[in-house]
Formats: sequence, structure tokens, C-alpha cells
Amino acid sequence: MTATDLYQRDRTRHPPALAPDYKTSVARSPRLPLLSLQTSASELTGPTFGHNDIAALDNDLIRNYAHGGTPIGERIIVHGRVLDENARPVPHTLVEIWQANAGGRYRHKKDSYLAPIDPNFGGCGRTLTDENGYYVFRTIKPGAYPWRNWVNNWRPAHIHVSVFGTAFAQRLITQMYFEGDPLIAKCPIVQTIPDPRAIDQLVAALDMNASVPLDAIAYKFDIVLRGTRSTYFENRPEGN
Amino acid sequence: MAQPLPYLKESPSQTAGPYVHIGLAPGDAGFDIYAQELGRDIAGPNAAGTPITVTGTVTDGTGAAVKDVLIEVWQANAAGIYPGAGKVEEGFRGWGRVVPDFDTGQFRFDTVKPGPVMGRNARPMAPHLNLWLVARGLNIGLNTRMYFGDEAAANAADPVLNLIEQTHRRATLIARADGSTYHFDIRLQGEAETVFFDV
Repeated sequence: MTATDLYQRDRTRHPPALAPDYKTSVARSPRLPLLSLQTSASELTGPTFGHNDIAALDNDLIRNYAHGGTPIGERIIVHGRVLDENARPVPHTLVEIWQANAGGRYRHKKDSYLAPIDPNFGGCGRTLTDENGYYVFRTIKPGAYPWRNWVNNWRPAHIHVSVFGTAFAQRLITQMYFEGDPLIAKCPIVQTIPDPRAIDQLVAALDMNASVPLDAIAYKFDIVLRGTRSTYFENRPEGN
Repeated sequence: MAQPLPYLKESPSQTAGPYVHIGLAPGDAGFDIYAQELGRDIAGPNAAGTPITVTGTVTDGTGAAVKDVLIEVWQANAAGIYPGAGKVEEGFRGWGRVVPDFDTGQFRFDTVKPGPVMGRNARPMAPHLNLWLVARGLNIGLNTRMYFGDEAAANAADPVLNLIEQTHRRATLIARADGSTYHFDIRLQGEAETVFFDV
């Protein structure tokens, strides 16, 4: 691998492993420093996916688990682009999302929140970006829900997002929040991110232009993965 | 003021949370939605090389099993070739997802043993699996590697293992071989904390 490398991950923009206000991180965070590794083929390659891997309806959460009805809640469109730090689109990459239903309940055997399961809502979707890095999902706006941290913590409405890129070292899972949600500022998980500008990057903008009148309201959410570096001058071990 | 640089910034990570399975392995969350779940078969039906099984447990700083972890595996084939970097067997994805038993926390997966891969500066790397861990309480995915206990000579020459200054910590990345089964525990914190990478 001489042609490309990745920009170093800017860990000041990411949450630290240990963020005591998010209590679960305390016993699960490594205490010794990460070992910095110059990337090799093991990090610069990564899995690829094609249209044979997914089905046409997989990005429509309003229909992909409908059992004879329509899920309850606010109909929304979530769309945007996957870009790299050079502002270049990341085409044909897998984007997967998961979320609670409109009442804030997850379809998971470990979730026992009071709000009911929606029989017509699974809560997951996946798609491939197109040649311009563009993706779109249709879904239901998730509800806020309480979680055990402090006695009275509530997660802001959010959608979990998983993205691949082209290199295994670009792998990223994050969460998308909704513009204007007052719970964002109060959430210990959001606030694990030390840089307020980085938090803003996870807040999807209300996008009236992309809304479908009388049908669904849109939010725009761009995702940025680590950039690729072109190497014009190789390191010379002998100093030349 | 200098000229502004045109770069964007990587989106910050957030924890995958306790319900990561809904999105990435819905069968484990307890429902059937996709015609095909991704990552259930790492090596595919035509992979050459030695079939192997890997078992282990991820534990936290108190010694408790991390039962809600999800591990992704990325590996070369038996010839040391990553998909996308050269020709591999039909159906060899080299990538998979591993979810432990929710009651015991023990994980188990099948694949083939990878071959050595050329590293930087033409130094070969010993056979290894690249692992990426996400879970509730992990604010950003953890990268590590699993090496093989029956590759002592290759491991001793591996350029990544040799970067680990505290030599006794190298053992945290080497799985114990028991025939074709390899046992690999991952400790997030505390005594014998696994070496994790900033890649």
C-alpha cells in the first residue's frame, strides 16, 4: 500500500472511552492508552456490499415490517450523503439504521419499557449509497424514552447509524438527532462528545424542500468518514 | 489569518447502545425482517485452508461478561489476500458479525485460518483476525487483533506485536490453540487488559 493512507482520526472530536456521566462507560473503558498503528492492508481494505445483499424495501421502515397495517407515528424521510474528509462522496457503501418506535420502544427482547411494541414497525433499515454518496430512508420519527443512568434520564429522539466506507479503519457507528430537540443538551450520552461543534454535526436539519407535501417531513443528515491521503513523497528509511 | 483548509471533519462516534442487534443482527434481537442477514458467514462455502472455530468472552473491568457486545471480524483468506485487494474464493467475504450468547456472554464463530499478510515496509504480518467491538458503554468502537497461538515463530516476527512496549501484554492478542479451536478472551479493562489500537 503506497498510494493511499487514512488521515489520522481526530480523537478530540470523538467521545473519550471513559465518560463518567455515562455510567456504563466506567467499567467498560480501556484504561491503558491505545497503541497507535500505521495502517497496513489489514486496516485499508474492508468489506464491500452489493444490491444482491439487500432488498428493495429494506430502506423503507414504514413498509418493511408492515403486518397488514401502517406503523403509528410521524412519517419522516431521512436523507443525505456519505462523504469523506476530502468532501468526496463515498459511493456504494452500506448504511444501516435502527431505532425505537414512535412511543420510544425498541423491538428487542431485552427492552421492557412501558410503551407498546408497534405490530407494524420493525425499527431497522439498510441501503447502499448511490454513485454520488446519496442515501434515503423513509421511517417513523422515534420517540424519546427513559433509560437507567441517573434516576431521570431521557434519550432525545435518535436514530442509530452504521457506515462502512472502503477501509475497515473507517468503520463508524453514531447516532442522528433531530433539530430543535431540547433533550439533546440534557443527554449524558450526547454529552460524552466534548466539542459542541462535533455534537452539531450529529443533529439532522429539518429540510422542508425534501419533504413530501401531505405525506412525510424530511430531515437531512450528512455523514463524514475519515479521509484518504494521497502519498506524493514516500518515506525513505535512509533519510533521502 | 492563514487560508482556510477545505477539509470536512469525521462525524463523531456514539455508542451502539444495548439494542445494536436490531440494526445489525435482527435475528438476535428476536425478530425476522430481512431475507438475508449480513455477516453470518465469514468464509463462505468455497474457502480454501483450515476451517477453524473461535470462542471466547468479552469481560469488563469488574470481570463480568459483556453480553451485549457485537464484534465484527475482517480477515484475509488462507492465501493472505483480502477481498478487494486480489482474487479470493467465490463467496469469501472475509467479514462477519459475532454476537455472544445473551445468557453466558460466550461467543463462538467459524471461519478459515487466514494466511500471513504483507505489512508496511515489506514486513510480513503473522496470520491474524481484525476485530472491531461495539457495545453499550463503548463510546467508540474498539479495534484489536487476534493472533494464533500455534504461530509462535511468525508471531515473534510480527511488526505489530513487536510495537507493544510491555512485552507481556503481547499475549493479550494471542489466542490459545486447542486443535482447530482457538480460545480468545477480550478484557476491556483491568488486569491483562487487551491491547487496543488507534488505527
